[in-house]
Amino acid sequence: MMKQENHGDEGANLHASQDDMESLVLDEPPPSSNGQSSPSASTSVERHSSTATTSSTSQNFNSILEPPSYADAIFTSFDSSSSNGQENPKQPSYQSDPPTRSEFLKIWVSDPEKELELTNSLVPGGTSYYTYLITTRTNMPEYGGPGSEFTVRRRFKDVVTLSDRLSESYRGFVIPIRPDKSVVESQVMQIEQFVEQRRAALSKYLNKLAVHPTLKKSEELRLFLVVRGKLPLAKSVDMASRMLDGAVRLPRQLTGEAAAVTDVNEAAQPAKGGRDLLRIFRELRQSVVNDWGGVKPIVVEEDKEFMERKEKVAEFEQQLSNLSQQAESLVKAQQDIGETMGELGLAFVKLTKLETEGAMFESQTIRATDMKNVATAAVKASRLYRELNAQTVKHLDKLHEYLGVILAVNSAFSDRSSALLTVQTLSSELVSLQSRIEKLEATASKIFGGDRSRMRKIEELKETLKVSEDAKSCAVREYERIKENNRSELERVDRERHEDFMGMLKGFVLNQAGYAEKMANAWEKLAEETSAYKRDGN
Amino acid sequence: MLTTQRSVSGSSQSPRSPSSQPYLSVSVTDPVKLGNGVQAYISYRVITKTNFTEYQGPEKIVIRRYSDFVWLRDRLFEKYKGVFIPPLPEKSAVEKFRFSAEFIEMRRQALDVFVNRIASHHELQQSEDLRTFLQADEETMERLRFHETGIFKKKPADLMQIFKDVQSKVSDVVLGKEKPVEESNPEYEKLKHYIFELENHLAEAQKHAYRLVKRHRELGQSLSDFGKAAKLLGACEGNALGKAFTELGAKSEALSIRLQKEAHQLLMNFEEPLKDYVRAVQSIKATIAERANAFRQQCELAETIKLKEINLEKLMLTRSDRVGEAEHEYKELKAEGEEASRRFETMVRLMNEEIVRFQEQKTIDMGIAFHEFAKGQARLANSIADAWRSLLPKLETCSSA
Repeated sequence: MMKQENHGDEGANLHASQDDMESLVLDEPPPSSNGQSSPSASTSVERHSSTATTSSTSQNFNSILEPPSYADAIFTSFDSSSSNGQENPKQPSYQSDPPTRSEFLKIWVSDPEKELELTNSLVPGGTSYYTYLITTRTNMPEYGGPGSEFTVRRRFKDVVTLSDRLSESYRGFVIPIRPDKSVVESQVMQIEQFVEQRRAALSKYLNKLAVHPTLKKSEELRLFLVVRGKLPLAKSVDMASRMLDGAVRLPRQLTGEAAAVTDVNEAAQPAKGGRDLLRIFRELRQSVVNDWGGVKPIVVEEDKEFMERKEKVAEFEQQLSNLSQQAESLVKAQQDIGETMGELGLAFVKLTKLETEGAMFESQTIRATDMKNVATAAVKASRLYRELNAQTVKHLDKLHEYLGVILAVNSAFSDRSSALLTVQTLSSELVSLQSRIEKLEATASKIFGGDRSRMRKIEELKETLKVSEDAKSCAVREYERIKENNRSELERVDRERHEDFMGMLKGFVLNQAGYAEKMANAWEKLAEETSAYKRDGN
Repeated sequence: MLTTQRSVSGSSQSPRSPSSQPYLSVSVTDPVKLGNGVQAYISYRVITKTNFTEYQGPEKIVIRRYSDFVWLRDRLFEKYKGVFIPPLPEKSAVEKFRFSAEFIEMRRQALDVFVNRIASHHELQQSEDLRTFLQADEETMERLRFHETGIFKKKPADLMQIFKDVQSKVSDVVLGKEKPVEESNPEYEKLKHYIFELENHLAEAQKHAYRLVKRHRELGQSLSDFGKAAKLLGACEGNALGKAFTELGAKSEALSIRLQKEAHQLLMNFEEPLKDYVRAVQSIKATIAERANAFRQQCELAETIKLKEINLEKLMLTRSDRVGEAEHEYKELKAEGEEASRRFETMVRLMNEEIVRFQEQKTIDMGIAFHEFAKGQARLANSIADAWRSLLPKLETCSSA
């Protein structure tokens, strides 16, 4: 039957659906018609929702025709059409993407459970939250080689932590955007629906990380997937920095936060210098805050190529967003026409019944047959539209997905901009330190023997200057590193985008053509059945 | 003999040779907007070709407007009780829509069909009112039309009300009866039930058919928008992938046009025939109401005659000098009663003939509509499939680039 994941093989997808179409038995001889075969066939064809609703109405029309069920034609959001829908991790794993160098890391998110928050606040009673079972299968050496399997329980907060830590560690990379914290405004839903939506979104997100060539090997992800109990990743401490987006941000190494990675040189620094360094950056941040007035500090971007790149991405985003919107409208229109076709079919079923029961003239019996044929064709077309649409959504979902990728790209760009800002801010700080020292030295030389306190001051400043110089060269190195990350990541994203979109277009076109052909067959059959009424001259 | 009564430009009985076979064919053409503002209306050219002796000549052209057709329909309804008068297209309520090209064409077609159905009905074609309609000059027609409105006008809707009133207590109180006066004919009951059910189901089918037309238009529109957006993205991309998007966009736009075309075909060749069917059934309902009316009158008369008879006997016994007068009245009433019975029986007979013809005709009409529907949808689906398939080799070259 229909495979759930075969992005690359659209031909197989089409043939599978062809088989399903053939197995749909719609047209039966009137008296002994059996509508039973259709529900089962259509159930296997429906991927997400069941067609159990056919049973009630089918009793009424059993003698004539299997009517369609409209319940599952409800438009589902792009998210839940994901191929990671209802998979059971117990079953052998599928590959959702073309295998990369036979290294795979596959993640399932399942079994949401409600847990009570242990609260030590004054508020009586607890709040609750949901946890999800995260199952991982991989053959990567970092995880222990082939046959490795892990299960952990995580809550959404943990995912936020993971996402934040990745953003900090992998600056300049195009990192997949994590699912939203809040519910989509337009949808008022039951908690069940929300949990399911979140589960699906988490699954999508984690698997995107799992196929990112660099991130899949990250320690943060490994810890998230492997370590049971409390997530061993500290939440990002630097709240102030995070709030001032684009202002001074430092790699962990400089602020000395991380336990895991420590620069030996920094460790050797005198504590005083370290504190001063911290103070310098806090002061810098403070100055930015003070100068805020709603205007961010301007990064003097001199790299023309980079600016052009950014513009191009912005334009692409606009067009993509537009296309994504039109794609949604298209899907809605396809759904509508399918629904109406089905309703038309049903109306003709009723007419057939009327003309059959207690027919007084032969002309009525003939007409009843004609109407039944129309009903059959219309119902068949309605089903075809529904399936066409389910496939269309799958394909065009890529557009929607890439809007997320652009967000990630912009994030990578801003990593670069903020790194440049750090460099520039430090440069100007150096300049001002230098001039302060010179001024002090000039006045000190005038007083014979020197002013004790002033000399001390000069010494302090000179130390600070040295530290700042080191900091600046560190920042420059960081900036260059991020620039390189940007470049290689953009290359990767470009390549993947090209592949993905070509696949999407081909899939979309094949899909449309295939279903149009099937519909043509159904209508040609009806034309044949009514050929006796051909008008003269046709 | 079954003939296709649905014809676009007239002749439903093509003459073998002009002089031998009697023929009457009409065409309603050339809609023209006349008048200004609120008073504006559409006038049609009605061309009659005939060799009927009652007619003034082999060809006649007159100008008529919608209300003239309404006049004709009402006159026929009055005169030919029992016959299913062909239905007229509705008056349009929405002002804006009234003069759209599509509406005008749909109405013109429906009016053409209307007159031709009358012209090919063996009873109705003899009508003097038809002759007037087809031949009278415009002033005469206008006079007749104005005379008709106000006094005499009984719309089918009114008759439906009367039909409902048959069930009401009013006439029953007058007659001193409790039960409603209705035919107790099981077959006729069956027919009535069938007609009422048929109208409901047909109306539903027509509603969905109309929606389907709209859906085609909507799908066409969204394909067009989708195509435009794809082209814009293609231009932005620039490379081989961009080209692919551009090609996709162009195809979408082309298909959008196909969809709009098919929507129009669907409207004319499928939705309209269904609408026509609904109207025909409504016309039958009006005839049913008429029949109920006639039956009631007949019963009332019968009652009155009985009372008169009793009264007459009484007077005869008492040797009243009013006997002569009473006898005279009694005889008159009896004649009236016989006349009413005859009329009623004619109605019943006609209806029975009509229903056979109606069923046969509708099977043909619908068969044609279904065939056109199927052909149209098949055509559309095939061109969609072809269009997308033609894109595939282009996509191949783009991806390998």
